[in-house]
Amino acid sequence: MTTPASSIFLVILASFIGSFGAVFLKGGAVKLKFDWRTLIYNWRLAAGVMAYLVSSVFFVAGVRHGELTILYPMGALGYLWTLLWSRLFFHEPLTRNKFIGLTMILIGIACLGFGNR
Amino acid sequence: MSSESRVPAEADTVVRYHEYLRSPIKALLEHSVLLVSMCTVIGAGAQVLLKIGASQIPSANPINILLNPYLFTGYALYGMSTILLILALRKGHLSLLYPVISLTYVWVTILSVLIFHEAVNPYKGVGLAIIVAGVGILGRDARA
Repeated sequence: MTTPASSIFLVILASFIGSFGAVFLKGGAVKLKFDWRTLIYNWRLAAGVMAYLVSSVFFVAGVRHGELTILYPMGALGYLWTLLWSRLFFHEPLTRNKFIGLTMILIGIACLGFGNR
Repeated sequence: MSSESRVPAEADTVVRYHEYLRSPIKALLEHSVLLVSMCTVIGAGAQVLLKIGASQIPSANPINILLNPYLFTGYALYGMSTILLILALRKGHLSLLYPVISLTYVWVTILSVLIFHEAVNPYKGVGLAIIVAGVGILGRDARA
């Protein structure tokens, strides 16, 4: 079984859109106050949830064909995009521990992909 | 100068400790890594329920999905885990907290073996160990 380029593209696109979900949730979360209504009237949170929904549609379309061994780690690239956006939008420090931890997570997910063959 | 600034530093620490004990929910909200970890457990439970539900419905139309108790509960758990994630993201770095979500892979793999009797193999074991170790290394930054 081979993995079509379209599946790889769809899964990477899904990870890309999903990473913006994280950015919007973070942007919305810091504006929350101790009043449950601020959870509702917050366009950033709504945009974040929306991005996740759209992302999951692309992800499901992507993994219908092709090998999970390839597609699993592609989907996990979302963690890498999120690291970039954290730096770009929230000016968070990118420490050595973050890079080492994230690299290990990606390797671990690739291993799981092999195990699920 | 406010009156609090005249309280000695040690007394202030004692007062804070007692407040900490008195409101466990408030204390939990301060621990973003723990909150995200809870999120991953709930999210993994949601995925398992969705898998069970998906195998039960004849076709994936919205009415079938809403009427199936497994799917309904699965989506409700997803909603809960999203709210917990939002609460966690109020404090702390996104670049630190977001990768912790990868713990979901760990729980889903373990639950799949326990519930769906999926095969166990060395790749899965090694993969899980590396993910947990990776999250552990990230967690060192949370304490710093």
